[in-house]
Amino acid sequence: MSKTGISIVGAAETTELGDLPHISQIQLHADAALNALKDAGLKPSDIDGIATAGENPVALVQYLGIEPHWVDGTAVGGCSFMLHIRHAMAALSAGYCKTVLITHGESGKSRVPPPIWPWPPAPGSLEGQFEAPFGPVGPPTILTIPVMRYLETYGISREQLAMVPVIQREWAAKNPRAWFKEQITVDDVLESKMIAYPFTLFMCCPRTDGGGALILTTDDRAKDLAGKTVPILGAGESAETALLSKMEDFTTSRAFRTSGKLAFDQAGISHDDVDHVMIYDAFAHLPLYGLEDLGFCKPGEAADFVGDRHTAPGGKLPVNTSGGGLSYMHSGMYGMYALQEGVRQMRGIAPAQIADANISVVHGLGGMFSASGTIILGSNTNPLDDPGVIQRTTKKLHKIAFRIKFDFIKKLERAMRFELTTSTLARLRSTPELRPQLYFKCYSTATNSWSIIVIR
Amino acid sequence: MSGEKKLLPQPTPETEHFWVGTKNNELLLQKCGSCSSVYFPPQPFCPDCTSSDVNIIPASGKATLYSYCISHVSIPGFEAPYSIAVVQLDEGPRMMTNVVGCPQTPEALILDMPLVVIYEKQNEEITLPLFQPAEVEA
Repeated sequence: MSKTGISIVGAAETTELGDLPHISQIQLHADAALNALKDAGLKPSDIDGIATAGENPVALVQYLGIEPHWVDGTAVGGCSFMLHIRHAMAALSAGYCKTVLITHGESGKSRVPPPIWPWPPAPGSLEGQFEAPFGPVGPPTILTIPVMRYLETYGISREQLAMVPVIQREWAAKNPRAWFKEQITVDDVLESKMIAYPFTLFMCCPRTDGGGALILTTDDRAKDLAGKTVPILGAGESAETALLSKMEDFTTSRAFRTSGKLAFDQAGISHDDVDHVMIYDAFAHLPLYGLEDLGFCKPGEAADFVGDRHTAPGGKLPVNTSGGGLSYMHSGMYGMYALQEGVRQMRGIAPAQIADANISVVHGLGGMFSASGTIILGSNTNPLDDPGVIQRTTKKLHKIAFRIKFDFIKKLERAMRFELTTSTLARLRSTPELRPQLYFKCYSTATNSWSIIVIR
Repeated sequence: MSGEKKLLPQPTPETEHFWVGTKNNELLLQKCGSCSSVYFPPQPFCPDCTSSDVNIIPASGKATLYSYCISHVSIPGFEAPYSIAVVQLDEGPRMMTNVVGCPQTPEALILDMPLVVIYEKQNEEITLPLFQPAEVEA
């Protein structure tokens, strides 16, 4: 495993999610941005790079009062934010800017104002000439078309497809902010309103309002900020076609495969290293394509993998732990919310937190299998380096000290893969509340070996 | 949904020959003179080798059903349920279309079933290429 030298230092969603007719799109961007800035302990004047999709980044520059040295308006659909991260990694590494803000906001339900993307296309565009005249109405009737070929090729039933939303509701039930929380069965899914055969309503995402924002900087600068950094281990992106009919093979996405491989190669990890996965799920088939195209399952085996509950709560590969686009929220460009859940899991603060999760793969789709972006996140840098933890534990209140101690030991366990620095050890030893009964394993990059550290 | 219009294409200089073709009940593809690739949608250079030695060729009009969905939401020009399909032309390229002339059900719409093109005139300028089961033709 390697690090890229870039970390996420601020991450937040809009204060509210769901049905928000009282907030416009640009204010959703701004609300998320201000929340992320607060999370990172930064001000708009600290930001010198900005990226967004669905809104003109220049409008955000003016609205938030930013003077950017780097601007990225890449808009390739719901995975645009994954691409923004990858582009920001390059810009930060090149020194074009020091601190990047990536925002998303979309009034997908209330339509204040109506999003202009993605339908209908201009009548002279390729989509306008060779798709729109045949009656699709956007994602529900284009993105769904490949699945009949997929089901036929691998002998997969609609009942198996219906398991994807059923299991994601189990995750959503653990998440107070999820749009849908009621548990559903395969029969419920198949008997819900037919939208576009073979897809029923419960196989399709809702449309809701909300936003999210991320702040990235170099690891050197991240050290000076509040201790909630999430290192980026790898990133990939690709694109295939704006026309669905030009997708090479309807059973697998070339953009998914290319983007995933780039990210895994950069991170230098294997699939066994992965603790948590988010796969863009505007519709029920997308996690199946994602599991296969990212290499977690062989072609045609993802439906059984889901059916055997490997992606469900308690399973060996938790997928879409927020409830996903199918149950948590879906504003239209869902990728930002997949990233937010990846960050929460790596910070150890997700509503359905996966114990000991150290690596999260967040995979996005753009358009109609048109584009893709993949981000691989690592867990918090050594939580012992988090000054907040030490500061809180030095409070003399016994009750708080006990709680922190408990959380602290859990964080220590999660931190086992990270180097323990001398200064951290010194800080730890000087914290009386933590001294008793503390021991843990740590990995030394100096000796390439594991040791048991006892705090006395 | 009579009286309500579909979203119609606006031909561009690079695609105009295709829409003139459908108006004349011809399905026109392009073939690369350099690498023999047959392709769709229209563009003035070969997407496989970038050669601009490109010839317009008539397609046989025969195809098979590659994949589809059946929309259950009526929109202007379309009464639900209606299929939105991607068909595989005998010449190789795929295109999006509607499969008509058969029940719009999964029982009637079988993958790989043989199809044949028909032409549906929309106005004086635009005719859309649709497909129907091959046996209906006989």
